[in-house]
Amino acid sequence: MDIRIEGVTHRYDGLLVLDGIELAIGEGETVALVGPSGCGKSTLLGIVGGLLKPSAGRVVTAGAPRQDSLNPFTYVFQDFALLPWRTVQANVALALEHHPLSARQRQERVEEALALTGLGDFAQALPKQLSGGMRQRVGIARALVVRPAVLLLDEPLSALDAQTREILMEDLLSIWARERGTRLYVTHNLDEAARLADRVVVLSRRPGRIREIVAIDTPVATRGAAVIAGMRERLWRLIREEAREAEREVQHG
Amino acid sequence: MAEGVPFRGGGYEARPRRWVPWLVFAALLLLWHVASSRGWISANSLPSPTSVVLAFGEMIERGTLQKHLWESARRIGLGWALGTLAGLAIGLSMGIFSLARAGLLPLVSALFPIPKIALLPLFILWFGIGEASKVATIAFGVFFPTVIAAYAACDQVPRNLIRMAQSFGLPARHIVWKVVVPGAMPGILAGFRITASIALILVVAAEMIGAEYGVGAFILATGNLMQTDHLVAGVAILSTFGLLVNWLLSAIEKSVLRWR
Ligand SMILES: Nc1ncnc2c1ncn2[C@@H]1O[C@H](COP(=O)(O)OP(=O)(O)OP(=O)(O)O)[C@@H](O)[C@H]1O
Ligand SMILES: [Mg+2]
Repeated sequence: MDIRIEGVTHRYDGLLVLDGIELAIGEGETVALVGPSGCGKSTLLGIVGGLLKPSAGRVVTAGAPRQDSLNPFTYVFQDFALLPWRTVQANVALALEHHPLSARQRQERVEEALALTGLGDFAQALPKQLSGGMRQRVGIARALVVRPAVLLLDEPLSALDAQTREILMEDLLSIWARERGTRLYVTHNLDEAARLADRVVVLSRRPGRIREIVAIDTPVATRGAAVIAGMRERLWRLIREEAREAEREVQHG
Repeated sequence: MAEGVPFRGGGYEARPRRWVPWLVFAALLLLWHVASSRGWISANSLPSPTSVVLAFGEMIERGTLQKHLWESARRIGLGWALGTLAGLAIGLSMGIFSLARAGLLPLVSALFPIPKIALLPLFILWFGIGEASKVATIAFGVFFPTVIAAYAACDQVPRNLIRMAQSFGLPARHIVWKVVVPGAMPGILAGFRITASIALILVVAAEMIGAEYGVGAFILATGNLMQTDHLVAGVAILSTFGLLVNWLLSAIEKSVLRWR
């Protein structure tokens, strides 16, 4: 399924946060979205997944999502958004319960997602018993269990400490190496963008406009440390001034 | 020279001292006993602890304790259940539907502050002096705080969880039952504590205004007859009842909110 973002502009009560975003994302592509804090990254992700109505413009899709996809646009949230009263297994099952599946099919799918994310031994645990990294694995398992056509990740690793982030990034890469899928990955960590994206979209500070789209030619699987470091450097040069400016701005909202 | 760093942390942490409450309780009882037996307190103002115990024994033997307690518990149970069910229905609707909120919030805010016992005479006119007016008073008294607690508890449910549920395409009624209601549970249960004590106050007040049986009626009657030993026994029953309900609610909270 291809996605086209056409002239998307968004205002919150007159505050312009996104201005004329034009972007096409191809089937199976992983696009990272970077930009200074408050430039509208989360807003754009909300619009793409249908959680927010843009003030102007639209998001269109071409081609059907994969047949077994229960929720074509699926999010992974920065704060995990787990139901604290449900066990790991029940949190993942939440995404399936309103779909016409047999109890057995549901169970199989949940187990498969838990195994894929390394949660097999934690099925009965409550979120409060888990570390941040494990909680986000639940968030990822819940997203994978519906077989999304497009995965929308809003700073999925930002709430984690550096080592956990590293581990989860490796795991994400190995999961993604096995399953092709379209992914839009918001981050302000340039290293993450350089490591797991096919293309990096750099937004300006608010109001967010596309400053540049950087394609990374080396495939993710064979990308070495040198390429990643170079890309990181290049991205940083692109947003450095903007980030400094944005940092000095008074916060709204 | 090797000197240990002097310890100056610790201090203000609350440490459990399980024997302290019992000790305080026993000391007070002893003081009371001594004061009564020495005649510092006249038996007409406050009976001795032993006579209160004897009064208890007498009540149990004659079956009056059971009778009064049963009548009060029945009224509380019925009134509380009715008020709670109606309150949850209205409160949750107000938390979930903007229309219900806009329509009902001013009304609830206006009626909430009325001391509900003031409505008993009206309820007696409507339902007669019997059970219905007492139960209605309790139900009414329980209803409003439940509405407010349930409605406020819905607002406390993290918005990000609702967004998450929407993003997975959960139908609205699933969002209510799987996200909003469980998320509002802590607030609702906290409300139960408040309404339980309101129900206890109202049952006593209502029984004092007109009832043959019930702990409130019993206390009023013994006061009129200056049977202070029975009167204090009645008050002790109320205290025990309150403690018991509190303990029960704690147990429920513990099991329902295990996830916290
Ligand atoms: N619901 C809202 N109402 C009003 N203003 C909002 C709302 N949500 C976000 N904003 C404002 O819109 C701007 C863009 O917000 P958004 O969350 O999309 O930025 P972001 O790029 O994701 O930022 P961050 O890097 O901090 O996550 C910010 O200035 C924010 O304060
Ligand atoms: Mg954001």
